[in-house]
Amino acid sequence: MTRFRPKDARELAELVAGAGAKGEALEVIAGGTKRGLGRPVETPHQLDVTAFAGIRSYEPEELVLTAGPATPMAEIARTLAAAQQVLPFEPGDWGPVYGAPAGRQTLGGVLVCNIAGPRRPRQGSARDHLLGFHAVSGRGEVFKSGGRVIKNVTGYDLSKLMCGSFGTLAVLTEVTVKVLPAPEATRTLVLRGLDDARAVQAMTRALNGAQDVSGAAHLPAEFGARTLLRLEGPAPSVEARAEALRRELTEFAVAEVLSDAAAMAPWRDLADLNAFAAEPSRALWRVSVAPQAGPAIAAAARKLEGRYLYDWGGGLLWIAVADARDSGAAVLRGALGEAGGHATLIRASESQRAEIPIFEPQPPALAALGQRVKESFDPARILNPGRMYREL
Amino acid sequence: MRMPEPDGGIIARRAEIAAALRQIVPGEGVIDSEEERRPYESDGLTAYRNMPLLVVLPSTTEQVAAVLRYCRDNRIKVVPRGAGTSLSGGALPLADGIVLGMAKFNRILEVDFPNRCVVAQPGVTNLGITHAVQHAGFYYAPDPSSQIACTIGGNVAENSGGVHCLKYGLTTNNVLGIEFVTIDGETVRLGGKHLEAEGYDLLGVMVGSEGLLGVVTEVTVRILQKPPTARALLIGFPSSECAGNCVAAIIAAGIIPGGMEMMDKLAIHAAEDFVHVGYPRDVEALLIVEIDGPKPEVDHLIGCVEAIARQNQAASCRVSQSDEERLAFWAGRKAAFPAVGCISGDYYCVDGTIPRKRLSDVLRGMTELSAKYGLPVANVFHAGDGNLHPLILYDANKPGEVERAEAMGADILCLCVELGGVLTGEHGVGVEKRDLMDRMFNPVDLEHQMRLKCAFDPEGLLNPGKVFPQLHRCAELGRMHVHKGQTAFPDIPRF
Repeated sequence: MTRFRPKDARELAELVAGAGAKGEALEVIAGGTKRGLGRPVETPHQLDVTAFAGIRSYEPEELVLTAGPATPMAEIARTLAAAQQVLPFEPGDWGPVYGAPAGRQTLGGVLVCNIAGPRRPRQGSARDHLLGFHAVSGRGEVFKSGGRVIKNVTGYDLSKLMCGSFGTLAVLTEVTVKVLPAPEATRTLVLRGLDDARAVQAMTRALNGAQDVSGAAHLPAEFGARTLLRLEGPAPSVEARAEALRRELTEFAVAEVLSDAAAMAPWRDLADLNAFAAEPSRALWRVSVAPQAGPAIAAAARKLEGRYLYDWGGGLLWIAVADARDSGAAVLRGALGEAGGHATLIRASESQRAEIPIFEPQPPALAALGQRVKESFDPARILNPGRMYREL
Repeated sequence: MRMPEPDGGIIARRAEIAAALRQIVPGEGVIDSEEERRPYESDGLTAYRNMPLLVVLPSTTEQVAAVLRYCRDNRIKVVPRGAGTSLSGGALPLADGIVLGMAKFNRILEVDFPNRCVVAQPGVTNLGITHAVQHAGFYYAPDPSSQIACTIGGNVAENSGGVHCLKYGLTTNNVLGIEFVTIDGETVRLGGKHLEAEGYDLLGVMVGSEGLLGVVTEVTVRILQKPPTARALLIGFPSSECAGNCVAAIIAAGIIPGGMEMMDKLAIHAAEDFVHVGYPRDVEALLIVEIDGPKPEVDHLIGCVEAIARQNQAASCRVSQSDEERLAFWAGRKAAFPAVGCISGDYYCVDGTIPRKRLSDVLRGMTELSAKYGLPVANVFHAGDGNLHPLILYDANKPGEVERAEAMGADILCLCVELGGVLTGEHGVGVEKRDLMDRMFNPVDLEHQMRLKCAFDPEGLLNPGKVFPQLHRCAELGRMHVHKGQTAFPDIPRF
């Protein structure tokens, strides 16, 4: 095993071109916190891209930040906080779920894994915030796409393709992301004692109402039977809206209203998957469905004696399943049914990850299209081969 | 406009092709008379015209698939078309290609309030989606100015924007899923009522692909609760610098308005003469700032913006006291294009984006270009996101003016790129900006995009001649460049 550590894009391109010529695959690593995500990659070499770090430019009034992808998220968050701004898609720190220390995750890792937190339904995901990038493709060629402005439709939107590609298409060397002002104040309403069905009804009422809810999660009985609804904005606004929302939801429960630090804590916990970091032996699933389909997925999770919680108003379930033969893949994927959606095995033992499809199996036409896209960027299949699907 | 050389063999087979397509789309679904093809010869970019070989109007996904399969087998080019409102020539026909019009796909298939989404056929208009849900207080956020006519399928192809993009995003941020048909006639579904893709984000690639990758046959969009309150400020400034500083200060204060539009003096006067809504005539720049959301928030932020405007030398500042007054503020801006048309006869609408801080540089450059070409330019500007719409005034009846206006437009776009911006913010590349792509991208950048095209359409039959300045064969693009047995950078040690 060789670990290459290119200093700049030229060296990186040379390394990738050389690997391509020899057909020797590379595992791309920056912070290395999420190596447990995806199918196990067996490569003769590792490509350490930690040299591509540091904030290159940040202009708060332009709402854009340009950085090396290996810049730690902690540094990004600190820099943005100094100008009262945030990455609006609220990515959590997934490191601890894989046993890595907190705070080591990088911006590039967040982007290529397309991570988003509780604000996702309202503000979008990583894919909605990558405005442009420079990269080296699997062909060993330096290229760029997008730009450094918020509104741009020039050429194909390759930024979307990079997000959620898990390093299988290109190695990012510079990224520009859209940022937004941090909310001035936060209130969280806590409704206690609702069962799953009532909780989804309450979240739907809140999300379909006029109070501009920016987070809707439900923690079932084993996590304290709490339904959480978040309001963000200027102080006078959140105050009034919290009271209005509390009144609108009295038929479900009398809500307690949390302010400021107490209001923000549960959302940080959700984004960072804190509920699941403590039990590393359990397989962890991330299931994305239409919000109203959430309770049906939860019913399947209960059959597996899984521990689960809801985010995104019912549209996202995190499910931890004790070691079963297929970690519950057949049951959970079977429950998706006609309504659609997808289940991703976020964490599992290495042997399970080699056997169970990590990402939702795709119909043949779509899978073939994905393979042709992979081939167009990485014809020799040298970047993280097989990390997502065996064929990619 | 240079287009791919038409294939005489295909044109000679027109009658036979029409007959074969009628087997798939019976009756009036295949248009071959010259008179009936005429309305399809151009889109919103009317300077370019081209009669299509045939126009085909399918009404089912199966028909779309069969038409595409037939075209692939017979190597016939296909130009997809929605309402034909593209301002970049995205639906400009080809003499040896069919226009595949999606107008018959005009039904809303499902309104799903609990999941906050609408499933629609691609020929439904943008505004048609809002009309289907507004009784329950919902709307579809992206609002291109052609929204009364443009279709959601066209919006997907062009990644359309509007005046509310900064806060609510472009089409790509509001589409949850699509069904589309590949040139091979395969029907593929991406996304649905849930969020995120399970594999590569091909939905994100399809949105904004300008009809070069596939033909969209169904669209699922998210709908939002209409903000209960909206109020606007109409702020006049003694200079565009002051207006630009005010915009930066609003955002620096943590405020993201629902809409923030700037107009220059020529646009202000044209609009006021056209709609008489009380725009101040003695200012150099006018800013419309709309704050939307829950009432307590709007009332609070309106006060903040008013104070920021005063700090930035605002010469006048009116706050809307009623919805009628707010709409009056917008009436001039919304009528800016026809208003400018009134004073000049013809105008050419340019669409570029700049980093906002470069506004005064770009305005200065435009003044110089205006003098150089002898054509006036009026400016309307989505100030929040840096998207400029300079309107170049010309007279098509004067020889050479069309060409001068186009050349000036190209110079303005190149200036946007030089200042760190991009060629198009929301109108698309199409044929209009195709030959400027190499100002923004080098050949390697473009080859990575073209190879993606090859993954979807290896024969290059879907909308050829758009977006990319040169056509390459996919086999040629796929080759690795190896010179004399060595890859690039032979001087660096290898494994």
